[in-house]
Amino acid sequence: MTGEPAIQVDALRKRFGDVVALDGLDLVAPEGQVLALLGPNGAGKTTLVRALATLLVPDGGRARVLGIDVLADPLRVRREIGLAGQFAAVDEILTGRENLEMVGMLYHLGRAESVRRAREVLERFELTDAADRRASTYSGGMRRRLDLAATLVGQPRVLFLDEPTSGLDPRSRAQLWDMVRELRREGTTILLTTQYLEEADRLAQLIAVIDQGRIVAEGSAAELKERVGRDRLVVRLADAGRMEDARVALSPLADEAPLAAPGDIRLSLPMTGPELPAEVVRALDRAGLGIVGLEIRTPTLDDVFFALTGRHVEREAEQPQEVTA
Amino acid sequence: MTNRVPLRDAASDCVVMARRGLIESVRKPALLVFTFIEPVILIVIFRYAFGGAIKVPNGDYANFLMPGILVLTAVFGAIVTGIGLSEDLSKGIVDRLRSLPIARSAVLVGRTLSDLARNVANVIIIFAVGFLVGFAPNQPITRIFAAVLLLLAFAYVFSWISATIGLLVRDPETAQGAGFVWVFPLTFISSAFVPTDTMPPVVRAIADVNPITLCVDAVRALTIGGDATEAVLGTLAWLAGLSLVFIPFAVARYRALE
Repeated sequence: MTGEPAIQVDALRKRFGDVVALDGLDLVAPEGQVLALLGPNGAGKTTLVRALATLLVPDGGRARVLGIDVLADPLRVRREIGLAGQFAAVDEILTGRENLEMVGMLYHLGRAESVRRAREVLERFELTDAADRRASTYSGGMRRRLDLAATLVGQPRVLFLDEPTSGLDPRSRAQLWDMVRELRREGTTILLTTQYLEEADRLAQLIAVIDQGRIVAEGSAAELKERVGRDRLVVRLADAGRMEDARVALSPLADEAPLAAPGDIRLSLPMTGPELPAEVVRALDRAGLGIVGLEIRTPTLDDVFFALTGRHVEREAEQPQEVTA
Repeated sequence: MTNRVPLRDAASDCVVMARRGLIESVRKPALLVFTFIEPVILIVIFRYAFGGAIKVPNGDYANFLMPGILVLTAVFGAIVTGIGLSEDLSKGIVDRLRSLPIARSAVLVGRTLSDLARNVANVIIIFAVGFLVGFAPNQPITRIFAAVLLLLAFAYVFSWISATIGLLVRDPETAQGAGFVWVFPLTFISSAFVPTDTMPPVVRAIADVNPITLCVDAVRALTIGGDATEAVLGTLAWLAGLSLVFIPFAVARYRALE
């Protein structure tokens, strides 16, 4: 341990023509944690990752990885990091094994060690059976795994994952999440970018919300949601005409008045604790009110983002909605 | 300086990248079509379709044509450099490579070297095809060897031009198009297929200073006879000039990638 933060960014600036990608961005991440950089498309996430991975030269400010300045000493930074970009950067003409051995050789591990490390990460990412097939025959999920495997050949202390799960099916995404958790347990610092609050929530100890090239909020998932508003319990009544009765029945359970849109059958109240759903059901039952639905709605990235910036996130069609019904 | 990769590592990086390029050449059938079938088609077209109508100084069109085809083979081989490089750029492979602690020059040096190795094979194969269609070099083996070396030097320098284009356009389809846009006029306004003395003065003036003409003339003299000095020196002067411009330019473009 160096005592230095794994990542320290001070007033980092970068513009591409008229577009300001990083607008004096500050960020600190301690070693050994998962930091999620959460923000919509175009917020500056990729630019920040690329600056930290020494792929682009910022216009101003400072960025250090494990205390090493990315501008002054890019080569030393490269020895400590692994980068998986938005698109799986695997060579399709080579087999999985050849891809990994090549990366090992480029980390100057030597022939024997490169072969050994390649075998090890293939095993770990369950790619051993496909190891000697060309990467062009791999599925999307396998390519991502190979890509991530390639970043681990050099045993980096800091790992950058730029939207690691975009475009993955739910099963591959869950697999990738498990791998991120495992790496963190082994002591790797991970910075990942994501557009999904759920992903940040499940993986990261620290979340930084980025918008227009600045960090607009930082904290644990719980802290952020607290700032944004709590989960809400949404009740769908069987009889819309008895909305007022329901409101009266539920008022004692909530610390703020239950909300209902006029003419709607839905009524929502803040989730004050895990016992609330059962209490709500009992209270409605006592009042003789039937319900057709009950769900807990977690604040979405859009809610967080709206609360922090007053603007809505541009939604992507593929955004996964894992709402617990 | 902590910012320099030790020389041994840098050399190893170039070898690793060149090895990857070679594996790619062997496994990509499209490359074969491009760099091998294409010259063969041109041989067939010019030797058998147009050849009868083209008057050349010695009267033997096969001997006249083959040096031109060989230079073309070298140039087509060079276009592949830019296509491969732009493919790596568009697929994010160059990003991965740039995030590794490797010598910055390794990506360009490795690729141009593997393309050179592929061109050695191409030139030998096209020489052999030439024998089948009546190409009959009558010069000493040392001169023929010198012709091959000149062809490879030509291919290597043109690989750097092609690399520069690949780095500028960053997209394989565009790189392929951009490769041909300059190669086609350059090869047809040259002595590759026809003697330049039948061309109108302006065109002829262009053809006579065209590096392709000079290289074709040099290879012709070195394989089927004639004074090679002027053409060889002219070719080498071109290659030196082009290297001085395009190698630093390609390297600068690569360093400026973001």
